[in-house]
Amino acid sequence: MAGELNFLLQLFVSGLSVGSVYAVIGIGFVVIYKATKILNFAHGEILMVAAYFCLILIENFHLHFLIAFPLTLIFCAVIGFMMERFIFRPMIGEPVFAVVMITLGLSIILRPLTGMVFGFGNVMFPSPFPHKPIVLSGIVVSHAHLWTFLISCAVILIFFLFFKYSKVGIAMRAAADRQMVAFLMGINVKRIFSLSWAIAAATAGIAGILLANVLVMNLNLSFVAVKVFPAIILGGLDSIVGALIGGLIIGVFETIVGGYLDLYLSGIKEISAYILLFIILIIRPYGLFGTEEIERV
Amino acid sequence: MVLRSKTFVETYREDLSLFRTIWLKCWWTILLVSIIVFPFMVGRYSLYTINLAGIYIIGAIGLNILTGYTGQISIGHAAFIAIGSYTTTILGERMGFLPFYIIIPLSGIIATLIGVLVGLPCLRLKGLYLAMATMSFGIVVQYVLFQWDSLTHGALGMAAPSVTFLGLKIDSDKKFYFLIAVIVFLLGFAAKNMMRMKIGRAFVAIRDRDIAADVIGVDLTRYKVMAFGISSFYAGVSGSLFAYYTTHVNPEYFTIFLSVEYLAMIIVGGMGSILGSILGAMFIGIIPEWLRIFFGFLGQSFHLTGLVFTQQLKVITYGVLIILFLIFESGGLFAIWQRVKTSFKSWPFTY
Repeated sequence: MAGELNFLLQLFVSGLSVGSVYAVIGIGFVVIYKATKILNFAHGEILMVAAYFCLILIENFHLHFLIAFPLTLIFCAVIGFMMERFIFRPMIGEPVFAVVMITLGLSIILRPLTGMVFGFGNVMFPSPFPHKPIVLSGIVVSHAHLWTFLISCAVILIFFLFFKYSKVGIAMRAAADRQMVAFLMGINVKRIFSLSWAIAAATAGIAGILLANVLVMNLNLSFVAVKVFPAIILGGLDSIVGALIGGLIIGVFETIVGGYLDLYLSGIKEISAYILLFIILIIRPYGLFGTEEIERV
Repeated sequence: MVLRSKTFVETYREDLSLFRTIWLKCWWTILLVSIIVFPFMVGRYSLYTINLAGIYIIGAIGLNILTGYTGQISIGHAAFIAIGSYTTTILGERMGFLPFYIIIPLSGIIATLIGVLVGLPCLRLKGLYLAMATMSFGIVVQYVLFQWDSLTHGALGMAAPSVTFLGLKIDSDKKFYFLIAVIVFLLGFAAKNMMRMKIGRAFVAIRDRDIAADVIGVDLTRYKVMAFGISSFYAGVSGSLFAYYTTHVNPEYFTIFLSVEYLAMIIVGGMGSILGSILGAMFIGIIPEWLRIFFGFLGQSFHLTGLVFTQQLKVITYGVLIILFLIFESGGLFAIWQRVKTSFKSWPFTY
């Protein structure tokens, strides 16, 4: 019985670690969605590019991880900024379908391009964390997982404080809430848009580097972002708290389902989140915390 | 003498006809003749590409009915094509006595049934939520194809049955060309007429504003499910033909990239137009050929001729096309075609 419980706890702990990264990725989606009503299908590819960029900085330029990490974030923010400035700003006012298809187009361009530059095979990310796992009363936690969880929590906390207290954060919330009024109150809405994209891309960078430590690093890294869709749907597309809770729930759910059912149905772990997504969409189409849109003709 | 600028009709029958002027009839005859002559003029590889493009046309018309006409974004079209393909191969394996002209519609009908089943829960969703739901459906279907070994042989894939029609074995590219051409014509005209009918108008009304459509008396549930069903039927037939033509299907083919490829077709061709789907499917279908020719020139100097590399280049080209068309010409090739046509029609006056 104790063994059973330990197994469950073990799954729960690793699920939390994965879920916290999902939450960070989810925040990236939500920040862009709240500001510009765009669902960025290319988010996963930014994440993947970030991981490769960081790898190059460490391997080829022999930078320390602590220097490479912020450099990667700046690089990502610049990518996000450029994407907004040159691709999505001219598309303001176009139908949602067109804008979302452009993000989808970007995503399918970036994947093979990255593959051509960095190679299609698996690569080893030089993990800055010690390899020896920590054992806490029978539950094994690797340093990478622990740090992933801690860094993710820190990022989420910073976001919470940023949106709650900083002037820019409040301006972003205002612009998301009612764009026209925010504009009339003197908020530079264009700058808020650019900033949202830059911030979202930077969070993708953080998630990318963390995931490169935990998972096998190859082009499939970008598919992790697709897995976050169920999480943000569960939480509601326009709720940051929702992204956080949704991410944790999906992470834990997926790991537990994988742990118990993988023996009978191999690969069920990869698919469980989508099945959950389908069920959620049928029961509560706007998520747990999302706002239900009331439509008028 | 009939003046082209003065087309007028005297009866309702004339007004409803597809080919209204003698000129149109002339052009259609020329097109028909060139389609019949075409396979005897080109090489095997070009014919192969055109055949695949023909199969794409059917699938693209299906997606255009759902996404272009009815406005329901679907990133799971590959799933329905997969269902069509696998229905064909499974029926061929279990019930080999069935002829292809029963199996092809049957594949379409099975895809329709599943499409309706998926469409029903998706009724409450719209826009991005629907896109994500269809996308996850696509991923789940691919997973099932990989895992259900006893039915689909998993990653090994399945062989398709051979095609015989009245004792004639359809096995060469030329014979397949005519089979595909006939089916494209039948389904193309069916779609064209369907979209001119009440159904098509209801679809467009739903796309433009579903609540307004509801208010003026369009039964949303019925027509949305119908859109899913019709679209899946076309996808199923397309998948079935694909299985027959390539003789072997594998779950690896039916990824999300295939769905994006179909979306690229209708965006490049023109959303909400049957001719647009045809133009788009041809354009996208011929791209690998263009890339081959283009990089054939550069190939020797750059060593760019690897198979993987062309595959990647293909995907990049699709992405670039989607973005360029959406930014610069959201009406697609269809809009360009219409502009050209109007300028010829009204020449020498610009109005």
